[in-house]
Amino acid sequence: MSRQAALCLVGLAAAVMFPLVAPNYLVNVGMMVLFVAFIGQSWNIAGGFAGQTSFGHVVFFGTGAYTSTILQVTYGWNPWLAWPAAMLAGAIVGWVIAVLSFRAGLRGSYFALITLAFAEVFRILANSVPFTRGGLGMLIKADPRPINFQFRDPIWFYYLALLLCVVSILIAWQVTRSRFGARLVAIRENEDAARALGIDVFAEKVKVLTLSGAMCAAGGTFYAQKYLYIDPNIAFGVDKSVEMLLVSMVGGAGTIFGPLIGSVTLTVINEVTRAVASVVPALKNVQPLSLVVYGIMLVLIVARLPDGLIGLFRRKPRHA
Amino acid sequence: MLDSQIIFAGVLNGLLAGGIYVLVAVGLTLIYGVLHIINFAHGSLLMLAMYAVFFLWRLVGVDPYAALPLVIAGAFIFGFFLYRLVIGRFSHGRDENILLITLGLSIVIDNAALLFFGGDTQTIDVPYAGAFVEIGAAFLPLPKIISFAASLLICAALGLYMARSDTGKAIRAVAKERQGARLVGIDVDNIFAISYGIGIACLGAAACLLMPTFYVTPSSGHAFVLVAFTIVVLGGMGSFVGAAVGGFIIGITEALGGLLLGEQLGQIGISLIFILILLLKPTGLFGSKA
Repeated sequence: MSRQAALCLVGLAAAVMFPLVAPNYLVNVGMMVLFVAFIGQSWNIAGGFAGQTSFGHVVFFGTGAYTSTILQVTYGWNPWLAWPAAMLAGAIVGWVIAVLSFRAGLRGSYFALITLAFAEVFRILANSVPFTRGGLGMLIKADPRPINFQFRDPIWFYYLALLLCVVSILIAWQVTRSRFGARLVAIRENEDAARALGIDVFAEKVKVLTLSGAMCAAGGTFYAQKYLYIDPNIAFGVDKSVEMLLVSMVGGAGTIFGPLIGSVTLTVINEVTRAVASVVPALKNVQPLSLVVYGIMLVLIVARLPDGLIGLFRRKPRHA
Repeated sequence: MLDSQIIFAGVLNGLLAGGIYVLVAVGLTLIYGVLHIINFAHGSLLMLAMYAVFFLWRLVGVDPYAALPLVIAGAFIFGFFLYRLVIGRFSHGRDENILLITLGLSIVIDNAALLFFGGDTQTIDVPYAGAFVEIGAAFLPLPKIISFAASLLICAALGLYMARSDTGKAIRAVAKERQGARLVGIDVDNIFAISYGIGIACLGAAACLLMPTFYVTPSSGHAFVLVAFTIVVLGGMGSFVGAAVGGFIIGITEALGGLLLGEQLGQIGISLIFILILLLKPTGLFGSKA
């Protein structure tokens, strides 16, 4: 067995054991780490591997969250059945945005900005149309039974998040091993050269955004079931888009473990600033302080460490 | 129901708002035209300038209009050094990198503002805030009219500066042909920093003109950033005339959208215009190249 595989197994075993010994508060923190790593991975597959930087990935997250919640609350679906429907909706939205944007030849910054605008359109729509109940948001009736995708013990959400995270890492791993992944990297490094090599650039980019949209939508449903409430700003706000992008960039965009490493790092920063803020009374508001640190990290990472934190451990240049 | 007089008033109000959008968009389009970077921190820097105007009034008692020269100069210096010390240094590489760096800057600025200034909405009470001018059936606030005129004057002055002065000519030379400009002895890096500084100075001016009738919160920047990008994309990236025309179109769209579709849904017009322009005519109305 290779060293990496052994390391992964040890990490996985530790992640499985963790909630058995940790207090509930830390189980929830761990759940968020794994969950953010999961939605970060969905960003990473499009933004990292294929280089299609999105500023509005939350559009898929919110689509998933609203689809499953509406099916459940308004039409009485079982949430477990609504979950794949939410993923399908995310895939469709990903496909439509990809076809429209890539047909128009948008790349780089333009693609990033148009995804931001799509997310904004969805946010405004969710705020205005009747079937999302507008700005009031949607409540899912609490009925904590596993059949309802609700659990009394937070440990089950932790394990579910762990499962999602592991599956997403496996998907990313499969992508890197496949010809599909190789084509994505070629597109990221030089789109024109990739086209000259005979790669159907448009089709590959549409495929990757569809996959990414489905994954991210799965995260949306998970989030809605965990908190039993969504509103337009939670579901389509720019903060989550930035969070997905940040964890991937900080950990290492285009790497299998980048989003997980980024998610752990940002959570540690968040907890440390929380601890600092509890000592320094002048800092009454913790959230902005950790975001300031995140922003500075993003600038420094882009400027000095394009491979992210994972690049510190590996001496292989990503950029040709 | 809506009659023609309300629509007329809406269009006039939209025009007035558009006048200030023009100033914000001219700064953004100048930065894009010369440096070929998308300045995602534009909205956040505007918010910062608005706070500067607010604190000048609150702490020193300077009227927002009287603060114009000071804030413009301060914003220029801030932008110049922001480019020199941060953006320019890290600007090696691809344009997504710059986009990410300016995104990082906007996160830092927005949240630092929240940390230091708090989340409350701040406004300036000027004695002339309640003054109205009657045009036809529309009552227009006097400060909005003053700001509108001042904004257009500043844009005209900037246009003249770009056309006539040596620095303006050098900026245009760099925008057109970077290598050629370097060959004839223009300090290109310095021109980059100056252009970024001028772009931010436009925001300083816009902040002074906005504050008498508007409010500021740490999230104000986010509200403006998509508006500014829409104007610039609509007019054509890098085009001055485009920014001016786009500013008015967006101002009117916003006002009429609010009237016809209501407060919530009315905001959708700007995002939709942005998407449609990018999908159908990414060069915009006056842009030369994609």
